[in-house]
Amino acid sequence: MSFPILSLLIFLPILGGIALLGVSNKKDVGSVKVMALMISILELLLTLPLLFAFDKTTPAMQFVERHDWIKIFNIEYYLGVDGIAILFIPLSALITILCILVSWKSIQTKVKEFFVAMLLLEGAMIGVFCSVDFFLFYIFWEAMLIPMFLLIGVWGGPNRIYAATKFFLYTLVGSLLMLVGIITLYIKGGNTFDILALAQLDLPVGTQLILFWAFFAAFAVKVPMWPVHTWLPDAHTEAPAAGSVVLAGILIKMGAYGFLRFSMPILPEATSAMMMPMIVLSLIGIVYGGIVCLAQTDLKRLIAYSSVSHMGFITLGIFALNTQSVEGGILQMINHGVVTGALFLGIGMVYERTHTRKICDYGGLATNMPVFASFFLLFTLAAVGLPGTNGFVGELLILLGSFLTRPWVALIAASGLIIGAWYMLWLYQRIFFNPVNSKWDTIKELELREIVTLMPMVILIFWIGLFPNSLLSYMHVSVSHLLEQVTSNPDGVASGVQLAVDHALDAAIQGAHHVQHVSH
Amino acid sequence: MPTYLLIIPFLPLASFVFTFLFGKRLGDNSHWVPIAAVLTSFSCALYAFSQVKSGHHVNQDLYTWISSGTMSVSVGFLLDELTSVMLIVVTSISSLVHIYSTGYMKGEDGYYRFFSYLSLFTFSMLMLVLGNNFLQLFFGWEAVGLSSYLLIGFYYEKKSAADAGKKAFIVNRFGDFGFILGLFLIYASFGTLHYEPIFANVDQIANQTFTFLGTTWYLPTAIALLLFCGAMGKSAQLPLHVWLPDAMEGPTPVSALIHAATMVTAGVFLIARCNPIFTLSMTALNVVTIIGSITCLFAATIALTQTDIKRVVAYSTVSQLAYMFIACGVGAYGAGIFHLFTHAYFKALLFLGCGSIILGMHHEQEVKYMGGLKKYMPITYWTFLLASLSISGVPGFAGFFSKDEILAMAFASPVGAGKFAWFIGTLVAGMTAFYSFRLFLLIFHGEFRGTDKQKAHLKESPKNVTIPLILLAIGAVTAGNFGIPEVLGGNANWGHYLEPVVGHALAHPSHTTEYILMMMSVSAGAIGIFLAWKMYIKKPEMPKNIMERFPTLYKLSLNKYYVDEIYDFIIVKPALLLSRSVILNFFDIGIIDKVVNGVPKLIGQLSSSMRKMQDGLVSHYLAYMCGGAVFIIIWMVVGA
Repeated sequence: MSFPILSLLIFLPILGGIALLGVSNKKDVGSVKVMALMISILELLLTLPLLFAFDKTTPAMQFVERHDWIKIFNIEYYLGVDGIAILFIPLSALITILCILVSWKSIQTKVKEFFVAMLLLEGAMIGVFCSVDFFLFYIFWEAMLIPMFLLIGVWGGPNRIYAATKFFLYTLVGSLLMLVGIITLYIKGGNTFDILALAQLDLPVGTQLILFWAFFAAFAVKVPMWPVHTWLPDAHTEAPAAGSVVLAGILIKMGAYGFLRFSMPILPEATSAMMMPMIVLSLIGIVYGGIVCLAQTDLKRLIAYSSVSHMGFITLGIFALNTQSVEGGILQMINHGVVTGALFLGIGMVYERTHTRKICDYGGLATNMPVFASFFLLFTLAAVGLPGTNGFVGELLILLGSFLTRPWVALIAASGLIIGAWYMLWLYQRIFFNPVNSKWDTIKELELREIVTLMPMVILIFWIGLFPNSLLSYMHVSVSHLLEQVTSNPDGVASGVQLAVDHALDAAIQGAHHVQHVSH
Repeated sequence: MPTYLLIIPFLPLASFVFTFLFGKRLGDNSHWVPIAAVLTSFSCALYAFSQVKSGHHVNQDLYTWISSGTMSVSVGFLLDELTSVMLIVVTSISSLVHIYSTGYMKGEDGYYRFFSYLSLFTFSMLMLVLGNNFLQLFFGWEAVGLSSYLLIGFYYEKKSAADAGKKAFIVNRFGDFGFILGLFLIYASFGTLHYEPIFANVDQIANQTFTFLGTTWYLPTAIALLLFCGAMGKSAQLPLHVWLPDAMEGPTPVSALIHAATMVTAGVFLIARCNPIFTLSMTALNVVTIIGSITCLFAATIALTQTDIKRVVAYSTVSQLAYMFIACGVGAYGAGIFHLFTHAYFKALLFLGCGSIILGMHHEQEVKYMGGLKKYMPITYWTFLLASLSISGVPGFAGFFSKDEILAMAFASPVGAGKFAWFIGTLVAGMTAFYSFRLFLLIFHGEFRGTDKQKAHLKESPKNVTIPLILLAIGAVTAGNFGIPEVLGGNANWGHYLEPVVGHALAHPSHTTEYILMMMSVSAGAIGIFLAWKMYIKKPEMPKNIMERFPTLYKLSLNKYYVDEIYDFIIVKPALLLSRSVILNFFDIGIIDKVVNGVPKLIGQLSSSMRKMQDGLVSHYLAYMCGGAVFIIIWMVVGA
């Protein structure tokens, strides 16, 4: 039995959070913050050995912990990570730290409870990514809802109750359908919740389809895919900065993760059969989300809708069922977490100073906040997928993968790049360029704490943009294993490009060999 | 990887990082690091040229950038004849613009920011030309777009400047849309994005077709046209030219460096680089030639009437870029790159000359308020004159050799549209001479038309401005000497040098033909200059008369054929309307949210009506129970 690192990662923040509840609220608010920060930093440090010890050559679950839990239903406490899940654990830990930092001053009421909620949320999120037992997964999945509901409902903006309720109902309805699906799977699949065992089942296609849509209800709402996206703008707008960051950074990734972890391996025939509807919904999301951004007058709402568009790219990548597109999709899940997380961090910082989210209240901010303007410009460029930033690599792989299977899909999706540049640069112009709004003549530049908060995102944007292989290498084996389960032709040039595939492969081999070659 | 090759792009990158982070503290001295960096790059570029000349090519990867499945792309450098020429153009012009900017931008807010952006641009452009694969080209392609966005919007507090920067970026995205699809199609066809294996195996697509949504395309045509989309955006060809004139909002040194000499020529470079693909498709070559010809004429006719001096030169740039595309379209890639080379010097000189005038006029750009500047600004005058002679194709000057080569190649080309392009090209040669000398005469000759205050301050620009002008003037006069054709006693060195990359030109005009064509284009230029002299010196009332005779034509030209207004009407306005009214209000809020909020409401109503059933009367409960039991029994019987 090796060291239970995953349990430690799940329960360190949970137990830490519970312990912090014991601190008296009046006296030591400051020390609660410091403690919470220390716990979250320790958590991130603990995730690093995971990255180094991970064996990239196997698709098997690693760091496995397996114990019987509720024997009568064969429910296990079964943890493990593979190349699809592993990267999200350090990302969750990092985002939590940044959320704590950005809330340092902006949270004034119920301070202790806020930081406790953040830690509990962190534990539950990491639990979701580590669960190999479907029931355990469901528990963490639902457990996340509560702190998130509170973050919006307690520390949110003026319309927070509406937003929190909408968020809760949307996700709860989806989750309940998933629960029905899980139980059905349990009954039909030989009384087990073990995901790996379930993936070995050969369910009839009819059953698979029903289950696919039951899971879809939960995952699509979380992503959110069009047309079940309308909770997201409200939730983002009303949530405090930290809530928006964690929502964009991790929570909505869970939906895409769910497709990868459950729908695809357990229901491969249904996934193949439903590929086209999923692609179409993704394309609608990309274009629709982008166009709606053009009409937004509220800063956070705009970024929220841009998430709908970006998440459309991610689900497109996943359901294009091609090596490049799926790897691009997973990478883009991380990228979107980093970039949109960073954008919401930045918006939180500026909101703290201006207390307005209306875009038209801004203008010329680059004059008085040049440092902030530089940071935000980088985040904007990453969001529009400029090469050299992380956004480019993800989008490129997704588009390339979709093009290889269906050129017209890439054609429509690529139009999202034009719209994306339009609304993001327009937003940037209205906030940072144009004549200076005299209201903000005395606005304060970022302080050191805020710069420290944004720096990790800057580093990640460039690191992933320039050295994406350091992340992609974790996925290769797991993704090809996943695709083998779903489709017989993962590199497939399925239709559309009527070229001799062997030509392409020949050239690929030559391409690989031309390295270090001095020509002529 | 040879060190000198690494220095060329990465020193400007280091300079950008340094100046961006610490430049503010250096204040007025923040230009030293960027200048030192770009001059070093220039020296290394010269060395690289000598290396290529002596037969040392480089094609090496630095590291694997992206790999996924069978796809793998590196960051790597390719140094060959074409790259070596581009390196010299980029670093030499960039060096001069750096030096010029110490005078032009003196005392401006954000002086350090300006120089850091110049370094960023230089790095990006060098990455673009040095890449050994399409993805790195795309990296440079987008990065120069970013630098351009930042520099156009340098005076960001001015809304028009911020608008122009954004417009440049977005219009280019339309081109990039095609470009990236082109890259995908290349990958689908060859399984790699690296130049060498692609161009070595280009024959394998020669007879391939590509089926898309039921239409069948000849594969080389599809690839070439998609790549050309990108080139149209970056090089401001019709219909994606609209961003370039607006880009004049940027500081003038930027217009010279980015929007005349280097970045906008990236599209020409792209086609020259991909010449093996374009050569496979007559259709693509014809499209390039026709788009080039139309743009050439279109932009020149606009330049005839503009009164903002920078806009005249901007439209002239669009028109000259079109010449380069004509050259590529008729399969004379070497001639295209030749014109790119000479144009870089005379056009940069024209822009920097405009900058010198704008300095002298205290940021006045309207030619209406100029006139008679000759005696106040002699160096600017003489250098501007040399540039104008060069662009007008006066024999002996750089522009003459490159333009005439293009026209000869077009005339003799087997590409169908070649003759058409030659006709337009010769016509536009006359127009070019006319609008160039119109501008020149209106600025420097006649009476001063500005205010007395402006007149009192008129003086020649400082040395750091005039020395780059003089150096560029040398280029504008002599750059053509590298490619003197055989008919004029030269040995066409230029073409021979580039042949390993771009191959032989498709056309081989006879010497007699070349002489005749040359005389025609020179006469066209002479007529243009003569008309300008006649209309703006001899009979100054003539322009007005012509204006009144042809008011519609005049208005069309003055208002740039209303293309901006048309785009606003068919793209911008509908998109915003769709966004606001249809999708957001009608669909998102009107339908989806109504449903979402409606369901809980419905449940609420349902439950409150259900509550009425629980009225506490046992007899009612009994009735419900019986009803339920009967229902279950019936259901079981029927169901069984």
